[in-house]
Amino acid sequence: MDILYKIFIEPFVFMGEAPDLLIQTLWEGLVSGVLYALIALGFVLIFKASGVFNFAQGIMVVFAALTLVGLYEKGVPAFLALILAVLVMLVLAVVVERVVLRPLVNQPDIILFMATFGLTYFLIGFGELIFGGNPKEMITDALFLPQGTTELDMLGGMVRFQHLDIAAAVIASIMIGLLAVFFSKTRIGRALRAVADSHKAALSVGISLNQIWVIVWFAAGIVALVAGIMWGARSGVSFSLQIIALKALPVLILGGFTSIPGAIIGGLIIGVGEKIGEFYWGPLVGGGVETWLAYVIALLFLLYRPQGLFGEKIIERI
Amino acid sequence: MLYREAGQFKTNYVADSAIFPLRQDRIGLGLIIIAAYALAFLGNSFLLQAVMIPFLVFSLASIGLNILTGYTGLLSLGTGAFMGVGAYACYKLMTAFPEVNVIVWIFVSGFFSAAIGALFGLPSLRIKGFYLAVATLAAQFFLQWCFIRIPWLVNYNVSGALDAPLRTLFGTPIMGPNATPQTRYLVVLTIVILLTWLASNLVHGRIGRMWIAIRDMDLAAELMGIRPLQTKLLAFAVSSYYCGVAGALLVFLWYGGAEYDVFNINQSFFILFMVIIGGLGSLIGSFFGAALIFILPIVLGIVLPAIMSPFGISVGADVIEHLRFMIVGALIIFFLIVEPHGLARLWQIGKQKLLVWPFPY
Repeated sequence: MDILYKIFIEPFVFMGEAPDLLIQTLWEGLVSGVLYALIALGFVLIFKASGVFNFAQGIMVVFAALTLVGLYEKGVPAFLALILAVLVMLVLAVVVERVVLRPLVNQPDIILFMATFGLTYFLIGFGELIFGGNPKEMITDALFLPQGTTELDMLGGMVRFQHLDIAAAVIASIMIGLLAVFFSKTRIGRALRAVADSHKAALSVGISLNQIWVIVWFAAGIVALVAGIMWGARSGVSFSLQIIALKALPVLILGGFTSIPGAIIGGLIIGVGEKIGEFYWGPLVGGGVETWLAYVIALLFLLYRPQGLFGEKIIERI
Repeated sequence: MLYREAGQFKTNYVADSAIFPLRQDRIGLGLIIIAAYALAFLGNSFLLQAVMIPFLVFSLASIGLNILTGYTGLLSLGTGAFMGVGAYACYKLMTAFPEVNVIVWIFVSGFFSAAIGALFGLPSLRIKGFYLAVATLAAQFFLQWCFIRIPWLVNYNVSGALDAPLRTLFGTPIMGPNATPQTRYLVVLTIVILLTWLASNLVHGRIGRMWIAIRDMDLAAELMGIRPLQTKLLAFAVSSYYCGVAGALLVFLWYGGAEYDVFNINQSFFILFMVIIGGLGSLIGSFFGAALIFILPIVLGIVLPAIMSPFGISVGADVIEHLRFMIVGALIIFFLIVEPHGLARLWQIGKQKLLVWPFPY
């Protein structure tokens, strides 16, 4: 009975007693959720357009951030470095399309998945070779990212909002909004959606698949750069950052591999669920549940909807 | 000249459905096994300890994952954790019952891993493809968390690490600090040969055909009377059994002691690499994959400085490490482009070419 009380009653009592702590936890969950969503978005872009499960998205985040910081350290002004980092992501997209995707067209999904693994290894080695393996500071000041905190009195306690977190949430929201407009209003966006629907049909109306792939990898590269700046500002730029890419995977399966709104809502659910679970239920089992809770949440959702919350319905035929 | 099938007639069904229908193949296999045993007495201890033992251990783990991913078509990223279950189970068993021979416990520890594997395989009935891969990540992270947080698993020792106690077989130490690489190599080799033979019989028999039917199309297989749940869970259990035994061998017969970190997510990916590069759905491919992925970085570590030094480029160990990453990554992509079906396919093509040589077909 005692254990049941501890699981089902005590955390809720605690939530009711200290609503300020609950709000603080929710806020932190939301911010990390938005950032997870940002990484998941990179996966979704590529998966939608080319059916490739891009494992290298995590290392692309690190690589983009490293390029930016590395160039800045070499004396390039911050905004020029930003533009150069975008160009590097464009070059990466072209090279990946030429060297990896084009020869592997029409191969089974798992082969393409493995190829992005090879890409991951290559980029780890390449990034470390050029910029060194030491953790770096993100150049928050030079990019005019706000710092400091705001403390608000509410519900009988203090709730602390990091300015950086607010900026991250705003920038990520703008980014997602821009992508949504890009997908629904522009010519290229329509072409991307056509490719996502059917490669063959898209080819037959004159859409160049190769060009589309470069564009989506470039778009994913830019998303990676933004994610890299935000995560880098929170926890430094180092290769351990690619671990967060693994955190984006439960977000993906929760939302469905093919859905942009799914990635966002999935990110928020995972971010909030993870923080609440860690804070209120974590101590029961000794803490550290953050490492696997996201996967278990996603797994439970999957048992009800095997294609994720917003994924396309899987129809099987013989 | 020697590799010809002329004159070898099959007069009954047993001969026709043999795994090695060619006499030359059977002789070759025998020679390889003899050579492998002879290596224990000819090779130096660096070769045995740093190359051959891990190669065999990883081959065994690859066979395990190949049963699941290659034969049954279920992608799993939890291999490292299942290996860990085997290692921890083996540790608990052999410290709790030291009087029983450790070989027994190595084989028994696989069953614990199999049970955990079957448990985490339950969602596979509803979830497929990459969704399942991510679901198995839940197993990976949850089990790794258990290894860290449950001190009972390591008998409450302070370091929180597994260490190999002294164990003997026929009076010779095979585990622990006194065991020579030679004896450990012989033990590992025998276990791997035994389990490979078993796996070969499994995948060529009724069970293997059921797995393959599920892989090719589970809906159609179900209509033909194969029960998907049992078949998939069996694949998870057998696969995890192999991984568990490999994990126990890895810790106690190779490292001689290890922490939970050995069984992290990178280990899972590492094994998956071996399976894909070696060839999905091929036992010999598992050996090829393990050889390439494990031995290649070692060779590069030796060869790269040798290539660079004549050009006057003296490079630090860290640069070599980075170059190694780049070359391994590039080679993975290269192999996938050249032969997406893995090294096993190249082997097959090579044998076919040899058979009809000097004619093209």
